Amino acid sequence: MTVLNSKIPAGPLTEKWSKHKAAIKVVSPANKRKLDIIVVGTGLAGGSAAASLAEMGYNVKAFCYQDSGRRAHSIAAQGGINAAKNYQNDNDSVFRLFYDTIKGGDYRAREGNVYRLAEVSGEIIDQCVAQGVPFAREYGGTLSNRSFGGVLVSRTFYARGQTGQQLLLGCYASMNRMIGQGKIEMHERNEMLDIVTIDGKARGIITRNLVTGEIERHGAHAVVIASGGYGNVFFLSTNAMGCNGGAAWQAYKNGAYFGNPCFVQIHPTCIPVHGEQQSKLTLMSESLRNDGRVWTPKKKEDAIKLQKGQMSPNDISDEDRDFYLERRYPSYGNLVPRDVASRAAKERCDEGFGVNETGKAVYLDFKYSIERLGRDVIEARYGNLFQMYEKITDANPYNEPMQIYPAIHYSMGGVWVDYNLMTNIPGLYAIGEANFSDHGGNRLGASALMQGLADGYFILPYTIGDYLADEIQTPRVDMNHPEFVKKEKAATTRMERLFNIKGSKSVDSFHRRLGNIMWDYVGMARNEKGLKYAIEEIAKIREDFYKDLRIPGEFNSMNIELEKAGRVEDFLELGDLMARDALNRNESCGGHYREESTTEEGEAKRDDENFTFVSAWEYKGEGQEPILHKEDLVFETVELTQRSYK
Amino acid sequence: MADKILKELTIRVWRQKDAKSKGKLESYKINNISGGTSFLEMLDILNEELINKGTEPIAFDHDCREGICGMCSLFVNGRAHGPDNDITTCQLHMRKFSEGETITIEPWRAGAFPVIKDLIVDRMAFEKVLQSGGYISVNTGGVPDGNAIPISYDDAEEAMDAAACIGCGACVATCKNSSAMLFVSAKVSHLAKLPQGRVEATRRAKNMVAKMDELGFGNCTNTGACEVECPKGISIANIARLNREFLSATIKE
Repeated sequence: MTVLNSKIPAGPLTEKWSKHKAAIKVVSPANKRKLDIIVVGTGLAGGSAAASLAEMGYNVKAFCYQDSGRRAHSIAAQGGINAAKNYQNDNDSVFRLFYDTIKGGDYRAREGNVYRLAEVSGEIIDQCVAQGVPFAREYGGTLSNRSFGGVLVSRTFYARGQTGQQLLLGCYASMNRMIGQGKIEMHERNEMLDIVTIDGKARGIITRNLVTGEIERHGAHAVVIASGGYGNVFFLSTNAMGCNGGAAWQAYKNGAYFGNPCFVQIHPTCIPVHGEQQSKLTLMSESLRNDGRVWTPKKKEDAIKLQKGQMSPNDISDEDRDFYLERRYPSYGNLVPRDVASRAAKERCDEGFGVNETGKAVYLDFKYSIERLGRDVIEARYGNLFQMYEKITDANPYNEPMQIYPAIHYSMGGVWVDYNLMTNIPGLYAIGEANFSDHGGNRLGASALMQGLADGYFILPYTIGDYLADEIQTPRVDMNHPEFVKKEKAATTRMERLFNIKGSKSVDSFHRRLGNIMWDYVGMARNEKGLKYAIEEIAKIREDFYKDLRIPGEFNSMNIELEKAGRVEDFLELGDLMARDALNRNESCGGHYREESTTEEGEAKRDDENFTFVSAWEYKGEGQEPILHKEDLVFETVELTQRSYK
Repeated sequence: MADKILKELTIRVWRQKDAKSKGKLESYKINNISGGTSFLEMLDILNEELINKGTEPIAFDHDCREGICGMCSLFVNGRAHGPDNDITTCQLHMRKFSEGETITIEPWRAGAFPVIKDLIVDRMAFEKVLQSGGYISVNTGGVPDGNAIPISYDDAEEAMDAAACIGCGACVATCKNSSAMLFVSAKVSHLAKLPQGRVEATRRAKNMVAKMDELGFGNCTNTGACEVECPKGISIANIARLNREFLSATIKE
């Protein structure tokens, strides 16, 4: 087994980042002008990185598959962003945010990275305020906070239920300023298909122009992957329809290790699946658990009546309601972390207490907080979420409880990176959800926005200089280099192969099949038998995919089906690696729940002796088994305990 | 709650091969759609049927399907984002339609938004307007503490109301003049209401208006149609604020 070098600086936890910053190299302003950086993805991580790097003087080329950088799926984050400001005087601190994140991640994240994340969290809020992000305010003019799952303090900053939107528009505005000044070359409707390495270093990417169908070459001195997560491997998820694992997956296929692929987050509060015609799930913000109480009926006969539509939830008296989160976890109650809340919902539904026609839903009830605070207060806090719920379900959550059920939401796993956020390919970086580094086995609510912006505003802009300082003599990359020619040809061949199958089934039909297998066997509960079955089934779907895929339309033009086919091709491979990783990790931790490893009370049981490591998978070529490398996780500060929210 | 099933619908949809080709409306039948199905899921189903027949599916823009990314952009039965209020097309559900109905779907129609294919239009003009001034000129780092400058609750709320714009373009598509005033004014207002954005408020208004005119958007004649169709309820009061900022910028010159 190779020991991976995470490059975590030595020394006390509190000094690691400042000492590291002092030790790494910087690039002079005159030299920054000569260096090009490619950023793939324009969400919070990519957008903030692109803007910051351009402001510093680098030449940035940014890419997104949507028609504008503002559409990246960070925009849909609702609840908020964490920061250790201690504005509420509730004894919050950098250490407490660090500790909550490590514990919330079930002790599978790096101490050094997470402490740094907590350290820079406060600066993010300052930056966003300076950009004009209209955070919620108190009457005195100061910033307002609310609570999120897995913590006992109020450290979440928010802009109604549209925090992600406002933060993204903040860094998008900064990007726009740099595009206007010619420091960012923006490529919308452009999808990355491959990475070009020359002499072992990342030197560019190959993309497909989604409007013309042309395959293009783009060169740079460094490449940053900020393409988000791969939740869409499950077909139904809270991700946007276009979210894909493609850029991260191409990094993997070019030799970058993929970290903890089996760690995906299942969000407890999504609108339940309504039927076969569904293509997308909608999240209801975790912030709702501040004021909503989660319950199912105590009596099975009530559940059965609810399932048959013979009874209304309002007919059930308080005594007959089982507030199972408050019952099982009295100290955190409805605000337990996402993995815990999701499993508890599944447990109730599996026992037959689900409340809708499919039996796969629980209630999130605002009756009590409306009684306590008044409808106006609840409307001011969550009005847009309630409206969204009503539009989708045609039910009014002010009058009857919301129905919710867990759904795939976020990927903690991603491209393996060191402390500098560089992959094991020199010059290739991965930031935001696309990397694996900060959330361990489970991400806490309001921490994705924090991590994306921490990476993009305050970490990558420093650490990338350490690498680029040695590249100042490297001339602008020659895009006629044989490697570019080769990779462009390979990308064209790959797309032609898919286009020329000329079978009979749509891309979606394969995606749906894959999603069903993933949800049933690599979803909320996993076991050895199921995972082995999933690996076999995925192989069969792949085989059918290459035999029977049909892509109508033309090759050299806008072709939506061809775009989707490339993404699903990646998902089919990614799903296989996720199942392998889940099979290998025979412990339960965070969102990864192995039925073989549970406590007597049915909680996830870690196996620290055998699994306190990051799985980093190495691609060995088509048809070859990937190789597992282990990065041991060293805990110098935190003591590993069985996580309890009781 | 069990949703009704629509047994048969006729979908008349704009088909256009590419920017250079001429487009036309084509009709398709679709059956057994649940009222709980979203409008875009209905199009997914129709596309699946078209693919199975070997026909090219209908190209349309969409992404988050939660009403926030601003990517979806359909003109349904003569209304931007279809027959419901305060929603984007992706939030429209089939329960808003009735049995046997003919549903007409067109792309945004505006000179500044040329059609790329079928229902997909090019909204780069919006990007260019924002690049001309839709920001606060601040670099990363070296900014004051978030609580250093108090901002009144009302100002923050008003800024947020304007900042809620998703950049979908429904206002332009709805306006008989294809004016982008609601879009531009939302950004100008959002930033002008905040002390951080106040500093360059007039300059911003001037630059953005100049760019908007240059890109071929029409003039505002105060019909108020934009406000009615805005999925995020952006108020035309913002246009008054933009006019004020713009006027003050010209007077200063």
